[in-house]
Amino acid sequence: MSLQRFVLKRGLITIPLLLGISMLTFGMVHAIPGDPIDFITLFTELDPQTEMEIRAEYGLNQPVYIQYIDWVTDAATGDFGRSIITRDPVASEIVERLPYTLVMGIMAFGVTLITAIPTGVIAAYYRNTKIDQASRVFALLGIAIPNFLLGLLLLLIFASWLDLFPILPPTDRGIISYDMLVYTLLPAITIGTGSTALLMRLMRSSMVEELDKDYVRTARAKGLPERTVVQKHVLRNSLISVVTVAAIQVAFIISGSVVVEIVFSYPGIGRLLVNRVGNRDFPVTQAIVLLIGVAVILANFVADVLYAYLDPRIRY
Amino acid sequence: MSSETSQRTTERGRIRVSGFDVDRVESRDPLSSWEPDLQSEAGRGRLEYAWERFKRNRLALFGAATIGLMVLLAMFSRPIQLPGSFPVLAGQTVQPLSLAPADPANQDVITGYREPTLENVLTWPPTGLYLFGADWAGRDILSRVMYGGRWSLSIGFIAVAMALLVGIPLGSIAGYYGGKVDELIMRIVDMLYAFPFIVLAIAVIAVLGRGYWEMILALVVVGWLPYARIIRGEILSVKENEYVTAAKALGSRDRSIITRHILPNAMAPVIVQATLSIGTTVLVAAALGFIGLGLSPASAEWGVMLNVEQDAIARGRWWAGLFPGLAIFAFVMAINLVGDGVRDAFDPQGDQTDTDTGGLR
Repeated sequence: MSLQRFVLKRGLITIPLLLGISMLTFGMVHAIPGDPIDFITLFTELDPQTEMEIRAEYGLNQPVYIQYIDWVTDAATGDFGRSIITRDPVASEIVERLPYTLVMGIMAFGVTLITAIPTGVIAAYYRNTKIDQASRVFALLGIAIPNFLLGLLLLLIFASWLDLFPILPPTDRGIISYDMLVYTLLPAITIGTGSTALLMRLMRSSMVEELDKDYVRTARAKGLPERTVVQKHVLRNSLISVVTVAAIQVAFIISGSVVVEIVFSYPGIGRLLVNRVGNRDFPVTQAIVLLIGVAVILANFVADVLYAYLDPRIRY
Repeated sequence: MSSETSQRTTERGRIRVSGFDVDRVESRDPLSSWEPDLQSEAGRGRLEYAWERFKRNRLALFGAATIGLMVLLAMFSRPIQLPGSFPVLAGQTVQPLSLAPADPANQDVITGYREPTLENVLTWPPTGLYLFGADWAGRDILSRVMYGGRWSLSIGFIAVAMALLVGIPLGSIAGYYGGKVDELIMRIVDMLYAFPFIVLAIAVIAVLGRGYWEMILALVVVGWLPYARIIRGEILSVKENEYVTAAKALGSRDRSIITRHILPNAMAPVIVQATLSIGTTVLVAAALGFIGLGLSPASAEWGVMLNVEQDAIARGRWWAGLFPGLAIFAFVMAINLVGDGVRDAFDPQGDQTDTDTGGLR
């Protein structure tokens, strides 16, 4: 199968998935006991005339499947209606905060890759020594520590005791400012620690597997320097499985950001989601949940395509 | 099967055939509709072998001991009284012990933070003992951490048990019958898998509202997915075995084939996953408590305790949040050690150095 056909075939699978999650997020609001109009009007008494107008405005007088089609077609063009709490368009509220979360996520991803791959390689190369043991202990700790505890401890140490960072993020300068980017390091490290632990162990086991293969012995036998053997031969092959898992880490980073943004009072999507769930602001909740679902599905798609590109065997 | 054949296998020949109980085969009524017990000798043997291996794994035993200790501390932290609505024993004290040095809800005369001190450790009951310090309301944090285990731990165990009750039947049905049922169930699983664990749990809480059982339900909605997937995969590989065909040929009903012949042989990976899931579930429950979508702020659930003290920790009162956080950490760590031990016990050939995704998805 050519790569194009694989991409096409894999892409077709995502379409019913996307439809499914859109139905789920739409159905979410309809699963709530009570009349949706009460959440829009915040339970105020209305005369029948205004009530009819509001129902018409939000399309609540239509059958459910029409409401769904309207909602999906609007959502596809980026129109998620207005927030119940602030009455602002949902899309603009999200767009305002999206850059913060994206920058934080990319930094967390970078932290993960920069730390996990070298440490994993070293642990594999010196397997069953003290270094390997240390990396195993670190992985166990990194997986078990709650990210909110880690975040709070980092805040305590670096913001409160060492005074290197402010306790609250300097949001007034926007995301593209030196202060904000430096501050974002803290949440990025917090999120990245868990992923690092996982990816490091994965890198190690995939590398150990490659090191045992015949071509490594051949490379060594023909007198290649050890550095070349590891860098040019082993590392490249063992990176294949790691790359795909790294793409799947997107889900990990998203769920991390929801909690960690609360720790650092970080003005991103995750904190918006948590605040609005608390306030029962359903248009915003729906939009963010749908957005996250779509992001994860696309990340999985990219991971599969990347894997197929790097390792042609799995296309069949 | 007639009685002659069974006698022949038990009395003739020098090759000893194990895996069945000779006396029972000889003494059973040849015309009765006899069927072996659910736990056959072979099945029990496998569990016993796993237990033998588990017993030799010191790290896993250490983890199990830690969990046991935390559960006991939570149970015996304060006396337990049955609620008034309970039949017969209403209002009775079923657990009279009180290990917590102070009432977890009681505010000290001098309210406000107090740093951890070690004074009066040797007196019992320890008075004025702030081993873990006191929180903003002057409540003893040690007592609250002990007492709070009741919420955090029970949520983990109950949610995983319920998730198993949902996931195993659905996965079995999908795997055994295949076809449209399989398609339907697995597409639902795929769809729910598109959301990260905590995001889906938040969405469910957005619908149901906050509370103890609401939170458990939210964790079950997310939690059953891996079991359905694992058990389906296992069943697909197990159901091709000859003994399943034999059972079908003998006219067993589908339900008995699934529960007696297929499930016991497909359970090992489910048990491993379930063990690790308890840790994940407790972690997510604490995270939900921390972001303010879990239990009420008055409860001593560990995540909630951290949420209440969030600002205090960042401003230097480290003890207010460190100890509840460490309790979560210790529990998740212990569960991961046990989970790794269980996996190695069931599958000694597997790569023992791999760590599973014990954390958040």
